[in-house]
Parts: sequence; C-alpha cells; structure tokens
Amino acid sequence: MQPTIANTNFKTEPYQINMGPQHPATHGVLNLLLTIDGEIIKKVEPDLGYIHRSIEKMCERDSYQQIVHLTDRMDYLSSNINNEAVCLAVENALQLEIPERVKVIRTIIGELTRISSHCLWWGVMGMDVGALTTYFYGFRDREMLNDIFEETCGARLTMNYNVPGGLMLDIHPNFVKRVKKFVAHFKTKIPEYDRLLTDNVIFQKRTKGVGILSKEDAISFGVTGPVGRASGYSCDVRKYHPYSALDKVTFKECLKTEGDTFARYQVRIMELWESLSIVEQLIDNIPEGEHRVATNAVIKLPKGEYYQKVETARGELGVYIISTGTKNPYRLKFRSPGFSNLSALNHMAVGGKIGDLVATMATLDLVIPDIDR
Amino acid sequence: MNKSLSILTNIHDWLFSIMPEGVASIVEMVLIGVAYLGFFAIAGLFLVLLERRVAAWFQLRIGPNRVGYLGLLQTMADALKLVSKELTGTIKADKFLYNLAPYFVIVSSLMALAVFPFTKEIQAFDINIGVFFLIAISSIGVIGILIGGWASNNKFALIGAMRSGVQTISYELSIGLSLLTMILITGSLQLSEIVEVQKSGWLIVQGHVPAIIAFMIYMIAGTAETNRAPFDMVEAESELGAGFHTEYSGMKFAYFFLAEFINMFIIAAIATTIFFGAWLSPFGITESIPWLGVFWFMGKALILVFLMMWFRWTFPRLRVDQLLTLEWKYLLPINLVNILIMALIVWLNLTIKF
Repeated sequence: MQPTIANTNFKTEPYQINMGPQHPATHGVLNLLLTIDGEIIKKVEPDLGYIHRSIEKMCERDSYQQIVHLTDRMDYLSSNINNEAVCLAVENALQLEIPERVKVIRTIIGELTRISSHCLWWGVMGMDVGALTTYFYGFRDREMLNDIFEETCGARLTMNYNVPGGLMLDIHPNFVKRVKKFVAHFKTKIPEYDRLLTDNVIFQKRTKGVGILSKEDAISFGVTGPVGRASGYSCDVRKYHPYSALDKVTFKECLKTEGDTFARYQVRIMELWESLSIVEQLIDNIPEGEHRVATNAVIKLPKGEYYQKVETARGELGVYIISTGTKNPYRLKFRSPGFSNLSALNHMAVGGKIGDLVATMATLDLVIPDIDR
Repeated sequence: MNKSLSILTNIHDWLFSIMPEGVASIVEMVLIGVAYLGFFAIAGLFLVLLERRVAAWFQLRIGPNRVGYLGLLQTMADALKLVSKELTGTIKADKFLYNLAPYFVIVSSLMALAVFPFTKEIQAFDINIGVFFLIAISSIGVIGILIGGWASNNKFALIGAMRSGVQTISYELSIGLSLLTMILITGSLQLSEIVEVQKSGWLIVQGHVPAIIAFMIYMIAGTAETNRAPFDMVEAESELGAGFHTEYSGMKFAYFFLAEFINMFIIAAIATTIFFGAWLSPFGITESIPWLGVFWFMGKALILVFLMMWFRWTFPRLRVDQLLTLEWKYLLPINLVNILIMALIVWLNLTIKF
C-alpha cells in the first residue's frame, strides 16, 4: 500500500467583503469594501455617495440666510458650530460688528454642542467595542443638553440658531440656570465614564496600539480635530484662529503623542473637561445687549473670496465662499473634517483584524452626511 | 416521602398497573420528554425576559412592561411573532444543511437538560458518566453553528461560524479540565453521586483554593462556550452584523436564540451541580422538605445566570486573537497546575469536610 502524502500546499486567498452601507459599525450609509485574508485586513476602500445631497450646489442657488439651514444637515452632531462657520464667513465679508453678547452665547452653545457630540460618540464607541451599556449613559447626559437646546431655539438636533448678524432669538430666561445645573451634573458623570469604560482592561487591550497614525501621516492626510491631536499634531482652530469669544477664555489644547485608538479616546474625554471649563468661564458673565444686529433683507457680499474655519467636534470645518457681488455665492466649498479623517482609515486599518477596524473607525467619529455633503 | 413528590411515584405506579410493562415505560418516556420540552420552552422564554429586564436595569431603562402583568407575556408575544414570520433564506444556500443547523443547536441543548438532578427524585437520566455526557453533548451545538454559517452562503456568517469553531474548541478544554479538577474529589462522574459527596460540604468549600480557581476558570470558559459577551465573537454585532445567524429568520432564528439562553442555563446548572451542591440547601436547613430542592437548584442556577448577564452588559468584547491568547496562554496552563494542586490536596486528605 502506498503511503498517502498529505497535501500541505494550501494557499490562502484574500477575499472581498462589503461592510455597509447597512452595517451597524459604519454609523450610516458608508460602504467599506474590505479585502481580507482570513481576519486580517489587506485593504479598505471607502465607497462614498450614498447620502450625497449636493449641498454645495444647492448653496449656489440660495441666499446667505438660507445657506445656514443647509449646514445643519452636514455634520448634524455639531450643527450649531456649522451654522456659526457660515455666519462668521458672511459677517466677516460684510465687516459687521457683532455684539459681545452674541459672541459669548455662540461660544457657549458651540461648546455645549461639542459636549453633546462627544457624549454620543462615547456611547457609540463603547457599543462598537461590544459594551452596549455605554450608549445609554452617553444618551442620558446628551438628553439634558438637547432639552436645553430645545428650550433655547426650539430644535434638538438641527438648531438653525445662528443667522448672519447674530442669533435668531435671545436665550431663554432659564438658560443660565439649566446650563449650570448640567455642568454640575456632568462633572460627576465623566469619572463614571472612566470607571465604566476607560479603566476596563478589555477595553484598553482592544484600543492600545491599534490603528496607529503617526504625526507625519496625520499632517499629510490632512487629519484634524481630536484624531490629529491624538497623533501629536497641534491643530486646534480654537487656539490658533480664535473666533467668537474663544479669545477671552483660557483652555488648553488636548494633545497626545501615541496616535493609537486609545489616545484618540483619551483626547475626546479630555476635551469634555476643557469644554466644560470654557462653558463655566463664560456662563456667569454673558454681557447684556442686543442678540442680533440688523442686516439687509437681501445680503449681497462684496466681490471677492472669503474663508472661515472653525473647530467642530470632528475637526476643522472650512467655509470657502466666492462671491461675484450677487445675492448668491458663485461657488461655496465646505472643507469637512470627516472626509479628510476618513481618508486615513485605510492607512490605519491595514494589517489589523476586523475588530481593530471597527474600533479605529469608532474613534474617527465619522458622520457620513458630513463626508458626502 | 413528601406529598408532591409522591404524586410522581403514583403516576408511575398507575401507568404500570393499567398497561403492559413495555408500553408503560414507553408512555412514561414520552411523558417525561414532553415535560422537559415544556420546561425548555418556559425556561427559554423566562430567561429572555430576565435578560431584557436585567439589561434594562443596567442601562437606566425600564424594559418590557406592557404585555401582560409587568410585561411578563412580552417574550410570549415575541415568540408568537417569530412563529408567524416568513422563513427567508439565501438563494444559493445549501438548503439541506441550512435547514438542519438550528435543530443541531437546539437538540444538543435539550439533551443536556436530561441529566441535571433538579432534586433527589427529579432527574430524567442518571447516567454513570454524567459529566462526560454533558461535555460531549454541549460540544455538538457548535457543529450546528458551523453548519449554519457555512450553509448560509454569506461571508459574514462564515466568518462568525469559523470564529465559533475556534472559540468553542479552545474553551472546551478549559471547561473539561476545570470540571475534572472537581471530579478528583468526588471520584465519580455520576451526577447523583457527586451530589451525595457534597452532603459533607459543597465542593467549592471542600476543595477550597483550587476549587475557587477552577470555578473562576469554569465561569470564564462557560461564558465563552455560550458565545456571550465578552466572548460574543460569533455574533459580534458591530463587526459581523449578526454573525452566523445573519440569514436566518422566523422560528429558525428563534431556535438559535432560545438555544443560547438554554445553554446559559445549562452552564449555570453544571456549575450549580458540581460546585454548589445542586439541590442541597445551605447547611441542610430544609432537608426535611425534599421538594424544596428544586427551589435551591433553580435559585443557585439563576444567581449564576445573573452573573453571566452582568458580564454581558458591562464588558466590552475581546478581539479574536486576544480570546485565543487568554485560553491557550493563561487559562490552560493555570488549569493544568490547578489539577496538580487539587490532586495533591486530595492525596494528602487536605479537603475541608463537615
């Protein structure tokens, strides 16, 4: 009888898998075309366009007051900061003098929006690494903020609170009281976040050394916001180009040098503390005054090009307006943070496992309408 | 003999008095089978409800509270919904295996239930290799998962199934070895005899330090064996959608779902039997009322089930390579050393007995 020779000449072969557009981890309609060898990721190709609404083209049709409303629908989690960006661009072009009261309120609401966005991110981050409970804790605190926004401007998500020239309405009489209550409440809750997720051994094992992005790569991919700062790239627009009342407050830029998933996580948690401190510094001395300065009913920007950037919860949002002197912009371009941050995903995820990809993607904090616009 | 237990004996005697012996024993087997199926269904529904209430409790929610009194009929309504749903499937699926898979999973869970000593008299199948039988039967379940994932013709399902294979094969070693550690004390694989031995102290007390280590290893491996968080690589909602049962719907999905909860109960019940004296009451306080044994057995098992739910709703999920590292580099070596220590303790007669 002949000895049978076992065939040891097995070949593994990478295969492709569609992650999304309906997938729990892509948080929206992002389609990732993964090339995988077993569990190891060889290539990640984001396929965009599932929620493209041609916002930039619509802007060319609309007046400047109307454009503000469209920006809510880009990064809906920092809608108020998006509104502010367009308003600032228009106001700077018109060289309007904005009352101090408006500036302070804008900054407070902007920082509260950042906190609410990070709360949601924290909940979803936990969910992506498998701790389902965090979601509800994040939402508990976000709910308080949403109630404050609702009382202030009537909307919980797409706020439309800013208009060129100021604010749509003055703040509600309860605003200061409720914000103070929230600040006191949230200060006791961030340590709870740490106890539940940050200090968990499994969580640290899942995130440390995963999805590393070096400072050089961060700069070359144009990564901004907490993702860039976790790689040691100092890029806080609030620090370098302060707008509204941000030049009156003291806060420190949250920097980490590791560049891994855990560093990005820590930067966001640190930002929660910083945003709280900014709100605390401003909430007690909101100056009296008008909440809006009058503008023409039809705003016509002088001929020229204008650029304004702000720091949203995800990074640097740029608004670039080319005006030909008519009531509509000739061309309006948004530089959205999510798009640049997503471009680094392939670089970060290759070589890791599927679980690593999900954890990395969670800390990029992608909002798909922001990427597709 | 207590009244309630004597009813069982009366039924037995009555059956054998009205028909020939062979027919009577077959009828009795069928009756017992139906009773266990009933228990299986009720326990499954109850555990799903319990999980939802526990999860709600952890997550600042109320949980199901609308259907029936305090939402007690919620899972019943869910089950009815699942029964009435259309059975969908992929076109290019391997139809035979695809349909077979859920039965593998559910039958293996059901068979394992047979050997548990709920109380001294209520034990359907007192086989002399009880522990071995349990380990053998509970490893059949993974074949159903593998078949299901393979036959679905879906890459996510396949990845889930492969993960499940890797995970179950690894962690079965730990389950087997940690139970073996305790078998060193009892010297028998028969579950009724294991309970007898524990009349002089639960095994976790008798075996003290190595027994506690074995119990911890058993609970970790048991959680992994049931594919629940933090070891839910198989489903890994945020990674694989729904894992191996992505393509299943209606009652076939319900079988997988029910089996997961029954498996959780089985893991807890094994731990109750081996470590915590099965139906024995603490310090023998209710020894005079034998039917209370069911209460003690269920109570202990449910506490352990709650422990597993606690794991699930607080821990993040491990990555697949970390899962294997934990088993092969930590649990298995610790387990082997633990067996040696236990052997020494039994040999030197250092066990604690009352």
